[in-house]
Amino acid sequence: MNNKVYNNRAWWLILPMLLLVAFSAIIPLMTVVNYSVQDVFDAHTRFFTGTEWFRETLNDPTLQMALLRQFAFSFTVLAIEVPLGIGIALLMPKRGWQASAVLILVTMPLLIPWNVVGSIWQIFTRGDIGLMGWSLRELGYGYNITRSATDAWGTIVLMDVWHWTPLIALLSYSGLRSIPDAYYQAARIDRASQWAVFRYIQLPKLTNVLVIGVLLRFMHSFMIYAEPFVLTGGGPGSSTTFLSQSLTTMAIGQQDLGPSAAFSIIYFLIILLVCWVFYTAIMNLQKDKQERGV
Amino acid sequence: MSLTLEDIDLSVGGEPYISGVSLELQPGSFNVLLGRTLAGKTTLMRLMAGLDSPSGGRVLMNGQDVTGVSVRHRNVSMVYQQFINYPSLSVYDNIASPLKLAGVARREIDRRVRETAEMLHIEHLLERLPLELSGGQQQRTAMGRALVKDADIVLFDEPLVNLDYKLREEFREELRALFNERHCIAVYATTEPSEALALGGHTAVLHEGRLLQYGRSEDVYHRPLTLQTAELFSEPPINVLHGIVSGNEVTFDRQVHFPLSDELSRLMPGEYRFGVRPAHVSLTRRADDDIEVTMAVDMAEISGSETFLHVADERFHLTVHLEGVHEFEPGQTVTLYIPAHKVYAFDRQGAVVHIPVHAGRA
Amino acid sequence: MAEITLKGLAHSYLPDPQSPEDYAIREMDHVWHQGGAFALLGPSGCGKSTLLNIISGLLEPSGGEVLFDGEKVNSLSPEARNIAQVFQFPVVYDTMTVYDNLAFPLRNVGTAAGRVHERVMEVAEVLELTPQLKRKAKNLTADEKQKVSMGRGLVREDVSAILFDEPLTVIDPQLKWKLRRKLKEIHRRFNITMVYVTHDQLEASTFADKIAVMYEGQVVQFGTPRELFEAPNHTFVGYFIGSPGMNFLPVAMEGGRVMCGEAPLVVGEAFEKALQATSSENVKLGIRPEFVEAHATEVKGATEAEVVDIQDLGTYAILSLRLGGILLKARLDEDEPRPRVRAWLRFPVGRLGLYVDEFRVEVPHE
Repeated sequence: MNNKVYNNRAWWLILPMLLLVAFSAIIPLMTVVNYSVQDVFDAHTRFFTGTEWFRETLNDPTLQMALLRQFAFSFTVLAIEVPLGIGIALLMPKRGWQASAVLILVTMPLLIPWNVVGSIWQIFTRGDIGLMGWSLRELGYGYNITRSATDAWGTIVLMDVWHWTPLIALLSYSGLRSIPDAYYQAARIDRASQWAVFRYIQLPKLTNVLVIGVLLRFMHSFMIYAEPFVLTGGGPGSSTTFLSQSLTTMAIGQQDLGPSAAFSIIYFLIILLVCWVFYTAIMNLQKDKQERGV
Repeated sequence: MSLTLEDIDLSVGGEPYISGVSLELQPGSFNVLLGRTLAGKTTLMRLMAGLDSPSGGRVLMNGQDVTGVSVRHRNVSMVYQQFINYPSLSVYDNIASPLKLAGVARREIDRRVRETAEMLHIEHLLERLPLELSGGQQQRTAMGRALVKDADIVLFDEPLVNLDYKLREEFREELRALFNERHCIAVYATTEPSEALALGGHTAVLHEGRLLQYGRSEDVYHRPLTLQTAELFSEPPINVLHGIVSGNEVTFDRQVHFPLSDELSRLMPGEYRFGVRPAHVSLTRRADDDIEVTMAVDMAEISGSETFLHVADERFHLTVHLEGVHEFEPGQTVTLYIPAHKVYAFDRQGAVVHIPVHAGRA
Repeated sequence: MAEITLKGLAHSYLPDPQSPEDYAIREMDHVWHQGGAFALLGPSGCGKSTLLNIISGLLEPSGGEVLFDGEKVNSLSPEARNIAQVFQFPVVYDTMTVYDNLAFPLRNVGTAAGRVHERVMEVAEVLELTPQLKRKAKNLTADEKQKVSMGRGLVREDVSAILFDEPLTVIDPQLKWKLRRKLKEIHRRFNITMVYVTHDQLEASTFADKIAVMYEGQVVQFGTPRELFEAPNHTFVGYFIGSPGMNFLPVAMEGGRVMCGEAPLVVGEAFEKALQATSSENVKLGIRPEFVEAHATEVKGATEAEVVDIQDLGTYAILSLRLGGILLKARLDEDEPRPRVRAWLRFPVGRLGLYVDEFRVEVPHE
């Protein structure tokens, strides 16, 4: 029974939260907005520029390329990590000491800091002392991430998959554990195939955790910075320069505060939009046809 | 300690949850709130406890207005459907918890915890953790916590629904004995009419947030003021037959005619709804003025020592409550006898106009 | 379609069971004939779920045999036994429509689409699910979901038995009645062996032709609802069936008289003889509260008892009485005069049972 009682004094209870959000998010964001519409010369001299910085940013071909690369990268890693993570979760032992051992092994990459991951892979891929680089060369493949854009790209994708697939695997594993045994028994009784069990029992029960997984992974990968920066420095050329690196170069390297503020806001809006599209799409999949009036 | 509700209203977002309930609970009384799911039993209890405040009306304790006073400042305790205990505390510490919070001396706590545990027959389980206990024992622990602190009001929100029927039987009897010796007000919500009767005391029949009737349980049962009360306070629900009285006979559904019995003869001509309890319908004739009907069996439900026979034809659907186990085949024809001297009559608005003379005077 | 035979069946979860207490299921022999409706009734922990899992094939018994139509199936999996099961919590395939749920078991074995449609429509009709066929199973109410999971068993033509594991647990009280009735109807319509596990006497005795009452891993009685009520085989059955349960009075022969504590009882010659014949210390007379005659005034052949409490239950009352230090109950109709302080009790001989070491002993009547 719904026993909700309306009491407007309750609004006071969320006041601390509002203040916190204001300090951590709204105020910094507003400063950025402030910069994005002005040209600042020094502490006393500034001009209002309107939408100029925004137009400039949107028309900048380097940034457009970076954006395209960024999307390509995010979708590539999602397309690999989600199925792979589910697959790993399905193969993980269900109980006993093996379950704990595998769980710890799988979690390992998640515990390594971003820039360390980059360094590890930087060494790993070196042709002279790196295990992977050396092995590939010995096998006759002229592997070189500082020369070949394909090698650089492939390596960054591989690195991200290694680093983040465990997150999807863990989420899926917890989702799979929460399916009651009765479902599997019923499926056996109905003589369902392995594939049907996955398709009609496991996957539907995983939807909710996967929504969280996909959103987290999208945001993460869309903002990726430290790893490629350490591994390839954005090269060769600008073949692995993603949005956040372009932004850093612009804001810190060139001190172009106005354009980089406008860029930040556009960046933020893109992430928000894509997340919303993802979420709505997945939630819609679950709805009944009748509810949608079909 | 007495508890008075004066014209209590509660609406949430314009939707009425409780409408105009007035109730006076005497010190030391055992009160049952009877009603179906969503009748407002839990809501009313929360208002009594002070967990919610009403949107209209007053709550008085011992004549003092406590309407806005929060639950912390009223001495109440509550037992829920789910077995709610502190999982990491032993049974002893669970029962002791309200006393510890109140800062009672340790020796006094010890004495009272042991006394309460003994009363609830869990004195041998004091060192165990709640999750090591059976459902019944967990609920006993929860009751111990509610009873140990000498609350002015103890509220039970359908505490037995999650237990099996043998345990329910035992609990009802024990609760009845337990509260005979206490001076607090007990309020007990249930959906089952038989539970209201078995617990004794008083019953308030609730329906859609309204109080239909309040009184001694047997009185409410035997002398319902409305058809709705009669239907709610009867398991299976009382059988209702539409009939028209004209001259000295009654016609059911324009087809079946019966002469009016002596008792019913003072009914004015008109339309009525006649109520007869499933337990009063019989397979054998017991009196000359019994109303005889022949119908086909729809289904017989057996509950260990009782049989609920459902019969129907195109006009009526009747439920018969028989003692003992009887087997019937669906479709089989049976002749039933409805004793005219045990029939209730209600007018078109559902208000009672005739109560059998002997109702509840055995 | 199958007859289920349990032959010397026993199960222990321990690797090396010694005493009877080590067994979850103690050795039993039963034949559940094809097309019957059976119930396994007992309190929690009595072994009824273990027995159900053995029958369904989820658990292999440690001793004895399970036979389906004479064929040993001990080690066969549930799918190989052709059984269907309805679980306590509704199991449906959330993302499928009701139609696809019902069609699922048929499609899995490659049934032709036309035949699938025919069967699904037929079963949906019986279960009154036709209007819901196009809805996603996820959005159904609990009782509809239970009907769907039952339907998945019914659509199969090769199903040998349907097992129900407390299927009404999550159903609204007002709807339980309808579903019980549906179950009954389905059993009559489809000639399928059905086994229903529950702790509720109403569900068991309404559904089943024969009930196996389980207590501490044993089936203490296997009989019709009427037999369980009128002649319980074991004191536990007497206690568990009926509300309130049967009265059991410890008795002994003293100086040629049948004594219950300090009170002499008049129970007839046959009982006296039977009592004299037994050497056990654990002898009880069992009688249901419905059959105890309680008079408000002294009558011939009656024993005086003290009235402890009267529970008025509307159309009848339950009298709690103390007789020779023993508590017992009597059920009185609302029209019968109610004893207030003292009552005179008579025990009709035809309604009495003799229980030696907790089991019923037949008393030959002359």
